Amino acid sequence: MKFTEEHEWLRIEDDLVVVGITEHASTQLGDIVFVELPDEGQTVSKDDEAAVIESVKAASDILAPIDGEIVEVNQAIIDEPSKINEDPLGVGWFFKVKPDDLSQMDDYMDERSYNKLIS
Amino acid sequence: MIDEHLRTPFYDLHLKKGAKMVPFGGYDMPVQYPLGVMKEHLHTRQKAGLFDVSHMGQLVLRGKNYEQVAAELEALIPMDVINLKEGRQRYGFLTNENGGIRDDIIFANRGDHIFMVVNAACVGADLAYFREKISPEISVKHLQNRSLLALQGPMAEDVLAEHYPAICNMKFMDLETIPLAGAECWVSRSGYTGEDGFEISTPKTVAVDLANLLVEHGDVELIGLGARDSLRLEAGLCLYGNDIDLRTSPIEAGLEWAIQRRRRDKGGFPGANRILRDLADGPAKKRVGLQPIGRAPMREGSKLFETEDSIEEIGMITSGGFGPTVRAPISMGYVSSRFAQPDTMIFGEVRGKRLPVKTAKLPFTGPNFKR
Repeated sequence: MKFTEEHEWLRIEDDLVVVGITEHASTQLGDIVFVELPDEGQTVSKDDEAAVIESVKAASDILAPIDGEIVEVNQAIIDEPSKINEDPLGVGWFFKVKPDDLSQMDDYMDERSYNKLIS
Repeated sequence: MIDEHLRTPFYDLHLKKGAKMVPFGGYDMPVQYPLGVMKEHLHTRQKAGLFDVSHMGQLVLRGKNYEQVAAELEALIPMDVINLKEGRQRYGFLTNENGGIRDDIIFANRGDHIFMVVNAACVGADLAYFREKISPEISVKHLQNRSLLALQGPMAEDVLAEHYPAICNMKFMDLETIPLAGAECWVSRSGYTGEDGFEISTPKTVAVDLANLLVEHGDVELIGLGARDSLRLEAGLCLYGNDIDLRTSPIEAGLEWAIQRRRRDKGGFPGANRILRDLADGPAKKRVGLQPIGRAPMREGSKLFETEDSIEEIGMITSGGFGPTVRAPISMGYVSSRFAQPDTMIFGEVRGKRLPVKTAKLPFTGPNFKR
């Protein structure tokens, strides 16, 4: 699993990259009450605004961490945004990307470096 | 100038309780505790929440007698101050010559003087304004030796009754001097959540002792500014700077209930022309509740439109977010008066998209006052 400075995580699963937000991000945001996800089939470039999440306090953008095509979004977090707070690294995933260039993942931090960033 | 925020006496207590601190009104204030905004909000509606609101300004206006001070204050606000009974307080606002709102305040008749609580961000301007407008025979004092706590929620009465049983005799908007934590506290039955509750002005010397005493109770949780904001929004209460400001008239804001009959008949306060005209003819725009049809919150600054593609703005959202008790996004804002009827379907712009929203009666919840 890799981590971005924007507090997102990326995980490779069957040639796809699954994207979500970190535990740290979900704690900082507080109770999430609304999620807007990209359309399936939409093409994204790295650093595009791909999704929006809103906590009780404020709205935040979720950036696409990698170039590619959105092939699946997590309907479960749209129906129940609190799932992101409950399990941000598991059932609270956001979307799956079919990556154009998997080597873009190399730019991101491993768990140890990320933990250092947030400590 | 050193960019340091002021601290209330509860600063160390906030940190000890795991608060996330943010700058607000010149102070470092707790925005939330580990419980989180949602649970803090619900706890206040179900049991009791303790809020540090010491950033607010506490003023005393003192002259020969109450009547003298009241008459002078009436020249600056459209409220009936003279007929306010001893031990009672009222909501009010300082108006400007254009009929806008300089600040919204609570003031009490304390027998021989007026006690007033004003917004943190307005303290400096209010003090300067009073000193300019009020005759020098009247002293205007900023009480920097006192702190302010609010205990809000259905269990607030029971919690305070453990320390002072006669608290149960107080009615909404009464204010009394009551011994708590061994000191003279000024307790009013009021608040900013739409719930029953109390606001407690305490000498700084016992402030932390009192907070510890109250928070020790199993039904009391410390509540941050995040939940304070969602609670007041559900209760339909204005936040100065967001929902009312120097340009809004109190009639546009729907605050005409706070202007007593005697003042409507005679005027004699800043901006009376515009305010009394708005009252007689109806204002061009009105503050309304707004309920998004979808699940996306519509926050302050969102523009409002009649249809999905109409060009002309018909209003703007001034406060918005998620209401934990109503379990839906809620907002308030201003719309042209012809759209102000509850249940009028209009559109709000969120991230460039027009989303349906309907006007709604305020408040969204309560109120649950003990009158």
